[in-house]
Amino acid sequence: MQRYDLTRMFSFLVRRILLTVPVLLGVATLVFSLIHLIPGDPVQSMLGEGASAESINELRTRLGLDRPLYAQYLAFLKGVAHGNLGTSLRTSEPVTSAIADRMPATFELAAAAMLVAVVIAIPLGVLAAARAGTIVDHLATTLALIGISMPNFWLGPLLALVFAVELGWLPVSGRGTLAQLVLPAITLGAPLAAVLARTTRASVIDELRELYVLAARARGVSRVRAVLKHAFRNSLIPIVTVLGLQLGAVLTGAVITETIFAWPGVGRLLIQSIGFRDYPLVQGCILLIALTYVSMNLLTDLAYGLLDPRIRYE
Amino acid sequence: MLLKIGAAIVLVAALAAIAGPALAPFSPSTQELPLRLEGPTRAHPFGLDELGRDVLSRILAGARISFLVGIVVVSISAAVGTVLGAMAGYFGGILDDVISRAIDTLLAFPGLLLAIALVAVLGPSLNSVLFALTIIGWVGYARLVRGQVLRIREFEYVQAARAIGATAPRVLFRHVVPTAIPIVVVQATLGMAGAVISEAALSFLGLGVQPPTPSWGTMLNGGRTHLLDAPHLTLFPGLAIALLVLGFNFLGDGLRDITDPKGKIK
Repeated sequence: MQRYDLTRMFSFLVRRILLTVPVLLGVATLVFSLIHLIPGDPVQSMLGEGASAESINELRTRLGLDRPLYAQYLAFLKGVAHGNLGTSLRTSEPVTSAIADRMPATFELAAAAMLVAVVIAIPLGVLAAARAGTIVDHLATTLALIGISMPNFWLGPLLALVFAVELGWLPVSGRGTLAQLVLPAITLGAPLAAVLARTTRASVIDELRELYVLAARARGVSRVRAVLKHAFRNSLIPIVTVLGLQLGAVLTGAVITETIFAWPGVGRLLIQSIGFRDYPLVQGCILLIALTYVSMNLLTDLAYGLLDPRIRYE
Repeated sequence: MLLKIGAAIVLVAALAAIAGPALAPFSPSTQELPLRLEGPTRAHPFGLDELGRDVLSRILAGARISFLVGIVVVSISAAVGTVLGAMAGYFGGILDDVISRAIDTLLAFPGLLLAIALVAVLGPSLNSVLFALTIIGWVGYARLVRGQVLRIREFEYVQAARAIGATAPRVLFRHVVPTAIPIVVVQATLGMAGAVISEAALSFLGLGVQPPTPSWGTMLNGGRTHLLDAPHLTLFPGLAIALLVLGFNFLGDGLRDITDPKGKIK
């Protein structure tokens, strides 16, 4: 790579990373304001109606809610920067370690779901593109639209009903074995597969119209080879981008999927903490999921820029 | 074809939502405790729930909640998003910076997460759901319209309107925004699907419409504990959600093909 290219790439990386800073600040500000959106007295809401004035005051001081708003905000930002998000009201455990304990489970589920999605979607999308306009294409496209419309909070229980209850092939909840991962991964991966199949189809069709594919066919390259070797390879960039951008849907879907299958991840922790009105833990989970999402989007963008020179020269 | 199927599904569901109480064989709250969890029979085609209430009647009543949420959330989000997006795109400058940063920040929260967070602090209720889904909903329209307006404002007829001395609001809302409306309609149709599924998801998590009000998501949540002995409690409400969402998605895709000829060739 030439020196000029390296400079351009470096400036692209720096610019893209700097653009993330205001977004991160915005995310932190929104998460900080959550606790102040609680109708009435947030401390009273956390402790319930029967709480004594003494315990209310004690918790108010512990959470710093007796300080001026700007001081609370600055303390919150400082805490976020140092990875200190306070302690859980219910267990008194530091929020960061409670979340860190659950992170591997969520990442494991998300990775498995993305694998499921890729394995289903790529062949389906390429097949639909190669046979565009035929019955195969219509079937694949309709299947993808059904997949997008199927809520995972319905798909999950249905899969559990068939494969766990009726057939008895797979366990319905928990984590630890590969068998326990199968149903949650399919539940979470299926809607992603539908989106990815549509993108793959559109992207491969675009590439198939390019002159270089026509030239390859004119040289006597077979149709299958033209699709797989030429068009598909070049259509990978949008596919990879969509996969990266869909991580948000995966993270939100994980909240529901983990709840259905009692999967011990961050999503289930979030829903449990909402039930217990454990607001510091709720804030921590939301912040962490949003930060993961922003970082993954950043990485997708950077990877995109590295793969496609047109992006970094813009 | 898909457009027609989608329109038919949505029309039937809308009629069910309007005429639901008149069509329903029972009141959605009437309890027949001795028959609780009974599967589908001739009298109760979709069976009875854990309190002996007729599932078909509750699904018909739930259609109202789904449409209510869809219509309220989509109309407010589309209106707010279109106005803000159009102003950001047309005027640029500080206004664009402020609106764009707000869009970026809200888009930094994946999907439903911010809605979950808002409902968690506001307390679970229909109003919280409407508020939360609108807060996350307008962003999509704003971003879409801003992009469109940036393109449309350079068109010759817009420049001509400006040249003959039309005021900025007149140029924007008489000449620029109407050109962007078809794409907003497509987005709104798909947004109905999103709102229906989001309400159901929040209710499924126990964060949305509260019992005894019949919402499809709440019904699915209730069915979870009876997956073994009464699978019909999971089957039918889920089918209702999936069908309505599919209907809106078919309709939205079909409308997009009409408004965007390029999409059709693909």
